[in-house]
Amino acid sequence: MFKKFTRDDIHSRSNVKSSIQRTLKTKLVNQYPQLEPVIDELIPKKSQVEVIKCEDKIQLYAVNGEVLFFQQFDELIPSLKLVHKFPEAYPTVQVDRGAIKFVLSGANIMCPGLTSPGAKLPDAPGFEKDSVVIINAENKDSALAIGRLLMSTEDIKSINKGHGVELIHHLGDPLWNFSIE
Amino acid sequence: MSLREVVYCGVCSYPPEYCEFTGKLKRCKVWLKENHPERYTQLYGANDEEEEEANDVAAVGKKLGESSIGEERENKLEKDLLKLQTKQENREQRELAKKLSSKVIIKREARTKRKFIVAISGLEVFEIDMKKLAKTFASKFATGCSVSKNVEKKEEVVIQGDVLEDVEAYIHSLLKEKGMENVKVETIDTKKKKKPTTETK
Repeated sequence: MFKKFTRDDIHSRSNVKSSIQRTLKTKLVNQYPQLEPVIDELIPKKSQVEVIKCEDKIQLYAVNGEVLFFQQFDELIPSLKLVHKFPEAYPTVQVDRGAIKFVLSGANIMCPGLTSPGAKLPDAPGFEKDSVVIINAENKDSALAIGRLLMSTEDIKSINKGHGVELIHHLGDPLWNFSIE
Repeated sequence: MSLREVVYCGVCSYPPEYCEFTGKLKRCKVWLKENHPERYTQLYGANDEEEEEANDVAAVGKKLGESSIGEERENKLEKDLLKLQTKQENREQRELAKKLSSKVIIKREARTKRKFIVAISGLEVFEIDMKKLAKTFASKFATGCSVSKNVEKKEEVVIQGDVLEDVEAYIHSLLKEKGMENVKVETIDTKKKKKPTTETK
């Protein structure tokens, strides 16, 4: 999603009304229920959320100059900065060491990278197809990417071929390097 | 439950455990050692002297992960990373050389009668945001200032008014801030011509 993303792709920037900010927060909590205890820490009540509308209907939401989450359609997707702050709240998969290099250059994740000994997938029932997952790596503490499952985790285990996760956002992509002054 | 504070590497902006994949590992390590020594020991081990000797990806790879992808693939990965690192280093060297060899040109041109414009070109190499610079100049000198393309299709900052000396001083301080004091800054002062210059903007 953020393969190419520059300043020119930004259409408008505006502050979010506090009422909408409240709805946003509840929406975020609905999506990731475990965020609830820390949501006020992430987005303090007094803070000003800024919405940045970009090309392809992408909207970034920033608090204190840091992009915390974004959405393209209805779903809110956390940015890596937000994930790093509180990684426990999101569905997670883990890739093996050999895959890190490719993920960091933005490749989709192939099934074998998710099923090999160094990788981890959740036990059954696992996650549905099309759900957003954060991607962790073997022996690393922090997440390195965020993606969308192209097949359910059970399918990944059984089929074990082809693309498993479509990458949305990874370390070092233009969104990661993006900064609002 | 509380939020986690994540340290990001000052060199490559990744969380430090991913530094090995950026090809800037050497500089990353130096940074981490200076700024977060406890994290450094955690990642790369405490034995400094030995570390200096084996300052390459292979050693770190071994420390970082008792990996599960097999000896052969691990070796290949290490080789690839090493290659990436050398590539990155070469690129950085080239860039540095380019920076050192290029120069900033500040030019004063005469417009009509006693009016001048000052054009600054050659800034793009030094990662200076021209638009922002134009804005600062505009408010600093209280004149019009804009970014436009010059004859060679390169971007330049054009300031209205005779502010050559001030601009020169400011550019010098700006470059000094970026740690590039040895960059040549050339000033050209074109004498007033009879007919106005062909520059349109």
